[in-house]
This record gives sequence, structure tokens and C-alpha cells, in this order.
Amino acid sequence: MKKWIKTACFLFLGVNTSIAQDDLLDMLEESAEPTTDYTIATFKSTRLVSGHSVETNAKGVMQYLIGHRFGRLNSGWRDLFGIDNATIRMGFEYGLTDNINIGIGRSSFQKTYDGMVKWKFLRQQSGATNFPFTATFVSNIYVDSRKWSNPDRENYFSSRLNFNHSLLIARKFGNLFSLQLMPTIVHRNLVETTEDKNTVFALGAGASVRLTGSLRLNAEYHYIPPGQIMSRIGGEEVQNSFSIGVDLETGGHVFQLHLTNSRGMTERYLVGETTGRWLKGDIHFGFNVSRVFTVKKPKEFK
Amino acid sequence: MAFIGLGLSVFGQKFLTRTGTIQFFSETDIENIEAINNQVSSVINIDNGEMAFTLLLKAFAFEKALMQEHFNEKYVESEKFPKSSFKGSIVDFSSSDLSKTPKEYSVKGDLTIHGITKKIEVKMTLIVNSENQIIGTSIFTIKLEDYDIKVPSAVRSQISETIEINVKLDYEKMD
Repeated sequence: MKKWIKTACFLFLGVNTSIAQDDLLDMLEESAEPTTDYTIATFKSTRLVSGHSVETNAKGVMQYLIGHRFGRLNSGWRDLFGIDNATIRMGFEYGLTDNINIGIGRSSFQKTYDGMVKWKFLRQQSGATNFPFTATFVSNIYVDSRKWSNPDRENYFSSRLNFNHSLLIARKFGNLFSLQLMPTIVHRNLVETTEDKNTVFALGAGASVRLTGSLRLNAEYHYIPPGQIMSRIGGEEVQNSFSIGVDLETGGHVFQLHLTNSRGMTERYLVGETTGRWLKGDIHFGFNVSRVFTVKKPKEFK
Repeated sequence: MAFIGLGLSVFGQKFLTRTGTIQFFSETDIENIEAINNQVSSVINIDNGEMAFTLLLKAFAFEKALMQEHFNEKYVESEKFPKSSFKGSIVDFSSSDLSKTPKEYSVKGDLTIHGITKKIEVKMTLIVNSENQIIGTSIFTIKLEDYDIKVPSAVRSQISETIEINVKLDYEKMD
């Protein structure tokens, strides 16, 4: 019995130093104020493919975005499988705060200028406070600058305007998978016929899977409940938009390569202006290149 | 045993900070990267020279927001390994040496980054300032490969393999 106590004492004294050190570290951990851990990098870019993701540029960061969508793959060898018929969108977006962005852009498709406001108003977080998802509201206004199709009648500037509002709700599951839902409305001030709804509702969904540290696979789909758009565009019925692509990140650039049945690169074109059918091969190859510039440095670096 | 337990609590005179600063630098011909963390917690026991620190990797601020995201997401994997810590002791420490003139010590212990613990020995200068705070400063370097931090080949020319770390800890006496 006495021997047992001696051994215990010896052991205790022998490991005394390391216990004391653990105590210091434990003491620091235990007495620390609990912190909130905000989820980062739910998606790699401010765009899933063509539509917005919940991500915003940080305060003082300017993003330059350039996107191309080529013609249809099934257009044949004479058009080099669509390469001859590219549309382009260029845009700038800027972080007024970490969560509020504004932006402008111009699409060659329908010669349209667009303006954007984006507000990330809820953030997925854990730790001291918990919240299960990130939510962002994005609003776009579009000005179609094409010549009037019917110049003889009285045309109003307001007829050039179209609008989009989307609520983006996303959650990152672990480190590999993110899911986003995006209920969307597109309002067209001028529609072809009285049977076409001015305000079209769609439900979008998107997902991103991390393949390696710098490579992700993304997909995006917008479902338009039937009965809202009756007119054909160029003799074709309006389709639901589906796009799939990869993100490749190198330093300050993100390259996104994708296949899509939509020619336009913003919400308005995804919902209501998409006519390609995947099964027929009406697929457009496209890419986005995004580059960010830090215009205003964070306070620690001034 | 009771005596030892009592002894620790009576003589365990500790100094603490929650606002210590750790900066690190990566310098290459192409890009210099700098990050600051002003929320480093550290404690020093001036009876035996033992010390520890802990920090949250997500609390490092970078000049470019994207660098901060890459640092957390790809390099140190903050969601898997949110903290970095050190525990060790100051070699040949005696509290009577603490004074208003700086004295350089050697600090030995275990540094944990990215879930990997390595023994390190670095120089640290201690000085007592006019407000009776103990100010500890240290500059040392670590190698990314020692902590299994992988840099993709595309950006290898922009990130140094050796990172310089500057530590400044302002300890106040604990009540």
C-alpha cells in the first residue's frame, strides 16, 4: 500500500512540469470569451455559373468580371461549333462594405446595360452564436439599348427596362459541398403579348462540390413554373436554364469554364430568355474570368 | 501532494494578455504577403518561466481579402484546425531578472500549427515597461513544409517557403 502511494507521488512529481504547462494552455482556452466562427468560401466566386452566388466582395475590393458565351455546339463546323458567335458581358463590382456590393455591366446580347445592388444580410456561423445558412438579396436593373423594333409607334424609355430580384440562400456542408436556393422574379416592363406575364417567377437551385483545393464543380438550374411565358423567341419556346461548370482558382484570378443552354449572363436571361434545349445539343460553351483588385486597404494596413 | 497543490496556487504568479500581436511575412520577388493578428492570448508564469499562447487563425487580417480566404481555406485549413498554440518555458528564467532593461532569453517548447506539433527554440526579449507590463518580443522563422502546409505549384513563386513571424506580447499581472 505504502509502495503504491510512493509510486503515485513519484509519477505525480515526475509529470509535474508538463501538467503545469497544460494548465497554462487550458487556462487560456477556458477563460477565453467564446468566439463566432463565420463560414467562409461557400462558393469560390460571386457567380455560380451565370447567376449570382451568395458571395460578396470584401470592403474596398473591386472585381472585374468578363464572360463569354459562344454559339451552340450543334451549329456545325462552318461556325466552328459555335465559336464564331460569341456574346460577351463585362462588369465591375465593388464592395462598399464586406456585405454590400454595387455593380455595373454591359452585355452584347441584346445590347443591355445592367446595374446591381447586392446585400449579404445573414451569415452562416457557429460557435458563440449559431446560424445555419447565408442569405443574400440581389437586385438588378437592365436597360435594353437596341433600336426600337417598331420605330413608327410611340415608344417609351420605360419599355427598355427590365428588373430582377433574387433571394439567395446557401449553406456550406462541411468543407466539400455547398447548396444554394434562389427564388427569383424577373419583371419585364414590355412583353410581346397580353398572354405573357410581366412578372415571371422562377425557383433556382445551385450546388458546388470541391474537387481539390483550387478546383470546384458547379451547377445551376432555374425552373420556371408553366403558364407565364407564351411567346416564342426566334421561333423557339422558352426553356429552363441549366448550366454546369468548373472553377479554377489561381491567386487573384478565378477562371470558370462551363456548358449551358443560356446565351445571356445575368438573371434576366436565365429566366425567360433561354431557348436552348440540352437534349438537342443547343449547348453553349462559355467562360468567366474574374480578377479582384484591392482598392482600399483594411484598417490594419493603412 | 496537498502541499504541492497548495504551492502552485500560492506561488503561481501569472501575467496574461488577450491582445498580443503576431505578424507574419512571406517575401518573394513577385509578391510580399503580410498578416496581422491582434487577438493573441498568452500567459507567462514568472515563478517558473513557463509560458503558453493560443490564437485563432481566422483572426489574421490580410491586406487583400482574397489572401485571407485562401490562407484559411487552402493553406492552414482553419475549419479543420481553427487554432494555433505554443506551450513551453523560458530557459534559465528568474523573475528577479525582469527589469526595465531588455534581456534576451531562449524559449523552448512545442509549436502547433495546422494540427502538427514541432519542438522549437527561439529567442525572446523581455522588458518591464512603466505601467509594470511585461513586454515580450520575438522574431523567428518557420518552414511551411514542417507543418505540412502545401502550396499549389501555380502560386509557388508567390509564397515563400520560409515565413518570418514577429511576436509582441504585452502581459499584465493577473489578479
